[in-house]
Amino acid sequence: MLSFALTILLDGISYGMVLFIISVGLTVTMGLMRVVNLAHGSFAMIGGYVAGYFTQRGMNFYAALLFAALVPGILGALAEMTIYRPLYRKGELAQVLLTIGLVFVATAAITEIFGAFPYAVQFPDYLTRPIDIGFRTYPAYRLFLILVGAIIAAVLWIVIEGSVFGARLRAAVDNPRMARAVGMNVNLLFTGTFAIGCALAGLGGAIGAGVMSLEPSYALKYVVLFLVVVIVGGEGSFKGSFVAAMALGLIDTLGKYFFAQAAPYMLYGVVFILLLWRPQGLLPPKSAA
Amino acid sequence: MMTTSTPAHTPPATGLGNLSLGTPLSLVGHALPWAIAIAFFFVAEGYLSLGTQIMIWILFALSLDLALGYAGIVTLGHAAFFGLGAYAAGIFSIHVSSDPLLGHLFAIGTAALFGLVTGAMILHTTGVTFLMLTLAIVSVMFEFGNQARWLTGGDDGLQGIKIDPIFGIFEFNLFGQTAYVYTGVVLFLWFVIAWRVVHSPFGRSLDGIRQNARRMRAIGTPVWWRLLAIYTLSGAMAGSAGALSAHSTRFVGLSVLSLLTSGIVTVMLILGGTRRLYGAFIGAAIYYLVQDSTAKISPYFWEFIVGGMLIATVLFLEGGLMDLGRVFRNLVDRVRKPKADAP
Repeated sequence: MLSFALTILLDGISYGMVLFIISVGLTVTMGLMRVVNLAHGSFAMIGGYVAGYFTQRGMNFYAALLFAALVPGILGALAEMTIYRPLYRKGELAQVLLTIGLVFVATAAITEIFGAFPYAVQFPDYLTRPIDIGFRTYPAYRLFLILVGAIIAAVLWIVIEGSVFGARLRAAVDNPRMARAVGMNVNLLFTGTFAIGCALAGLGGAIGAGVMSLEPSYALKYVVLFLVVVIVGGEGSFKGSFVAAMALGLIDTLGKYFFAQAAPYMLYGVVFILLLWRPQGLLPPKSAA
Repeated sequence: MMTTSTPAHTPPATGLGNLSLGTPLSLVGHALPWAIAIAFFFVAEGYLSLGTQIMIWILFALSLDLALGYAGIVTLGHAAFFGLGAYAAGIFSIHVSSDPLLGHLFAIGTAALFGLVTGAMILHTTGVTFLMLTLAIVSVMFEFGNQARWLTGGDDGLQGIKIDPIFGIFEFNLFGQTAYVYTGVVLFLWFVIAWRVVHSPFGRSLDGIRQNARRMRAIGTPVWWRLLAIYTLSGAMAGSAGALSAHSTRFVGLSVLSLLTSGIVTVMLILGGTRRLYGAFIGAAIYYLVQDSTAKISPYFWEFIVGGMLIATVLFLEGGLMDLGRVFRNLVDRVRKPKADAP
C-alpha cells in the first residue's frame, strides 16, 4: 500500500516537474510583460521535435537537448522583438488572437515538415529501463525528470533570488514603469527573459516527450495545462508556479489511477473551483495581491 | 465575395457600428449580403451545402460578436455553445422527436440555459482568469463528449440523426435547397434580433461596459446582469448555429467542442471586423474561400494561412476587413499632409 502511494507520488512529481519546466517561462513572461501568451506550448513543441529529429539521427541525447533549448530560445527572442513587442500596448483580445495565430502557424508548419503522426524522442538506453529504488523498481526516465526538474528549479531559485538579473526581474514584474524610470533596460530584460523562458519550454518539451507525446496538436492541446499552472500559481509568481505544477501533476496522476474515467474532469474541475475561489491564483506576487 | 461593398458601408471611426437605415447608400449596403445569399441560391446550385455551412458560421461568428465585440467578453469557450447546440439537436432528433423546429428550439434552450448557468458562475471574473475559466469549461465539455459514448458517440461522432420535413412539407433533400433556405431564414431572424439588441439602450450600455466597466458601475448600471444577459443570448445564438449544423449535415463530430472551433470562429470575426455585425458575414465567407483554395495546395496549408491572417490582422488591421476603407483613407490623408501626423 505504501509503495503504491509512493509510486503515485513519484509519478505525480515527475509529471509536475515537466509542467514546471515548460510553464516557468510562461509565468515570468505573463507576469513581466502582461501578455496572454497562448503560443508558449508551440515553443515546447518545437523543442521536442528538434530533440526528436536529432536523436533519431543518432546524435548524443544531451547534445540534442542543447539544440532543443537553443532553437526555441532563438526563435523566442526573434518573436519577442518582432511580433510580441507591439502587443504590450494592446489589449488582451489582440494578444489572445495573435498568439493563437502563432499556434496555428506552428502547428501547420510542424505537420508539413514532420507529418501528422506522433513523433518520438530517442532516449538513451539507461533511461528507458526500470531501476531498483529499494522498495520496488521504477522507470529511470521518471527519476531523470525529477532530477532535471529539481536542478532547474534550484538554479532558477538561486538566479531569481540571488543575482542582480533576478533582482531586476522581480523589480520589473512588480512595477515595470518604475523599473524603467530608474534606468533599467527593460526591453533587453524582456527579450532575454522571453528567450530563456522559451528555451526552458523547449527543454521541457524534449525531456517530457515520454509523458506528453509529441504531435502537431501538442501546442493547442497542452497550452491549457501550462496556462493553468501559471494562473493557478499566480502570474509572475515563481514559487506559485512550482507549487501549482506539483499539485496539478499529482491531481492528474491520482485521477488517472483512481478515476480513469473522470481524470480530465477532476483536473479542470479543481482548476475551475480554485479560480472561482482565488481569482488571483494560489500565491500571487505582492504587487497583485 | 462581399469585399467590394466594404467602403460603401464603413461606419465612421466611432466604431459603434451605427449604420442608419436612412441613406440610400447604406440601404444598398444592407441589402447586399442578403441579395448575394438569395442570388447564390439560384446561381450556385452545386454549392448550396457550402453556402449553408458559410451561413451557419456567419451566425456563429455573429453570436460571438455580441459577446466579444460589443460586450468585450474575451472568451475562448464559445465552441461549448455551438457544440452543445449541435449535440442537443442531434440527440433530441434521435431520442425524442425528429421535428426540426422542435429540435432547434430545444437546442437553443439548452445552450441558453448553459450560458445562464456558466455565465452566472464566471462572469464576475475578468481578463486571463475569465479566459481560463472558459477554456476549462470547453475542455470539460470536450472530455464529456469524448467519454459519454452512449450519448454522443464519442470520437466517432453522433450518427443516425433523422429529421422530418419542415412543417411536414419541405424535405431536407440531397441538394440541400431546404437546408439552405432554412439556414438563411434563421440567420436573418437572428440578425434582426442582434441588430435590435445592439442598437437598443441595452446595447449601448454594453458598449459602455466594454470601454469602462468600473465607470458604468459607478453610474448605476447593473454590469453583471447586463453581461449575463448578453452572454446568455450569445450562447443561445451559437447553440442555434450548432443545431443548424447538426440538422444540415445530419452528423455531429466531436471536433465541434474543440478549442480549434473556438479559434476558427474568432478568426472569422476578427478577420471581418468586430462590432459591425456584417463583419461576421465577410469574415466567414473569406475564411471559407481561403480554406477551400489553400486546402487544395496542401491539407494543412490553410491552417498556416489562417494563422498568418490572424497575426497580420492584429498587427496591421485592427478593425478587420470592414476597416479597410478607413485604413485606406488614413493612408491617403497621411500622404497628403505628412506633417499633421507627427506626434
